[in-house]
Amino acid sequence: MTTASKKRRPIISSAQWISLLVVAAFVIVPFYTTALGGFKEIGELRVNPFGLPASWDPVRFTEILGGPRYFSSLWNSFLIAGGTVILSTLVASMTAFALAHIKFFGSRFILGYLMLGLLFPAATGILPLFIKMRDLGMLDSHWGIITVQVAFSVSFSVLLFHNFFKELPKELIDAARMDNCGYIRIYWYITLPLCLPIIATVGVFNFVGSWNSFLLPLIVLNSEAKYTWPLGIMQFQGQYGSDWPRILAFLTLSIMPAIAFFLLAQRYVISGLTGGAVKG
Amino acid sequence: MSSVASGTGMEVVAATRPRRYVDRKSLIPLLLFLPPSLILFTLFVVLPMIDAATFSFFDWNGYGPITDFVGFENYADVITHRNFGTAVRNSLIVVAVSLLIQLPLAMWCAIALAERGAHINLIRVLFFLPYMLAEVAAGLIWKFVYDGNYGLLPAIGGAIGVDMPFVLGDKLWVIPAIMLVITWKYFGFHMMIFIAGLQSIPNEVIEAARLDGVKKWQIVRHIKIPMIRSAIVISVFFAITGALQLFDLIIPLSNGGPSHSSHTIVTFLYQFGILRMKLGFGGAVSVLLFIACVIVALAYRRILFRVEQN
Repeated sequence: MTTASKKRRPIISSAQWISLLVVAAFVIVPFYTTALGGFKEIGELRVNPFGLPASWDPVRFTEILGGPRYFSSLWNSFLIAGGTVILSTLVASMTAFALAHIKFFGSRFILGYLMLGLLFPAATGILPLFIKMRDLGMLDSHWGIITVQVAFSVSFSVLLFHNFFKELPKELIDAARMDNCGYIRIYWYITLPLCLPIIATVGVFNFVGSWNSFLLPLIVLNSEAKYTWPLGIMQFQGQYGSDWPRILAFLTLSIMPAIAFFLLAQRYVISGLTGGAVKG
Repeated sequence: MSSVASGTGMEVVAATRPRRYVDRKSLIPLLLFLPPSLILFTLFVVLPMIDAATFSFFDWNGYGPITDFVGFENYADVITHRNFGTAVRNSLIVVAVSLLIQLPLAMWCAIALAERGAHINLIRVLFFLPYMLAEVAAGLIWKFVYDGNYGLLPAIGGAIGVDMPFVLGDKLWVIPAIMLVITWKYFGFHMMIFIAGLQSIPNEVIEAARLDGVKKWQIVRHIKIPMIRSAIVISVFFAITGALQLFDLIIPLSNGGPSHSSHTIVTFLYQFGILRMKLGFGGAVSVLLFIACVIVALAYRRILFRVEQN
């Protein structure tokens, strides 16, 4: 029945296709001109905005790749995002486990308390947060950013883990307890291995959030050597003003890791970035 | 009743166990599992908000003791600030454009792309690409597109013989220009939410309607859209909270300019509270933003609850 009904009508009409292509052009043209712009001379940008560059001289790209800034800023971002993901996964899954599987007085209260974080974006209190980090000596350090980002991610990550743990068969935990297996070992050997899909979802969500974050590193980091890539690219742009070919080359190189990651793991990225939204 | 229960020792134990706050065996795991998140959350999410509320009643520059109590003066300063009205207005425009242009575009694409197919998947991934891109990078890409000297827009204008303004330096054009970037950046995200909703509609419903001769457009209007109401509510919520915290995209594009005409609430907070270290003023902005977010979040939960019950 389904095959017959599929043959009866085209899935997407040609008018729809044409409009989709218009939208696709709208999406793609900024990327396309950015990627080619790095090869063009500045005067060429104006007279030849859409065409291929007159020469494929990669001098700007090699200059950036050979310079000190590009790799160090990407590496800093990677360390921060990686640290944030590992710690937030651990911290949030432990809490969610305790709230979902251990019976104790006040568990509902604690869950409700942590869910308060869903009511407002953490950036709301960014100024007092800056004072707090200053007083605790956390400014200008990667650890400071990681710690705060883990704190920011607690509410949402605990929610996702908690929803997932609640679905696990209760018999599994009960059986392990009968065998005198403690909660810590249940968490580590039974629950965590079963929740790899949700770890992927939460991990991608927190990784992309950290990789792209701008406001927090902006107010926390002072030394250029510690800059994350969004700070690095803003500084680069400020320095070269309207030398667009150079900026576009830097921009292209900076967004390439994210795009490659997205294309390789698109299913996880899409479900990580929207799955939470749909389920939460 | 109690005399019966105390008949044997076993029953006494069974009766008292639930009254204990914590089982002895679970004490150590609890002490290990709960404090990390509770401490971090309290220290870096809850306390800053309480501090913001405290600061908002004082005049403080961030150094030395906090002594200068000023009552509601900071709130008065914020509300009467020349650019605060602009910031609030801009944030509302973002919401309006999201609801009137971005979400309909996302819905239209979702309806076309909710089917399965190789090309379809490719287009979906392409439309989602801007969303996972960092706001800063998206802002710089579009800063180039709009650049008055070397950008794409004047080049296009030159090709068709129209002299394009420097849109990001023009008070009239800067907001529409930013709105276009926002639509470009976020419509794919909303589209994915809608696609997830559309794919959860049972095929039989659509099939039955089609066999009854219902037209494609009517199926969309009377079956598909009503059936994904909760996805729409979620989308609207993200559009509103996104508008309330818009920051990263504005800084590279216009930095709030020209002459502070394109501030959003958070860039306003950054420009006039953080950069000038005016803790009281910034605290007052934070509290107002907090109240707005909480109202939106609570209203959203109510509406979503009602939608899901129907």
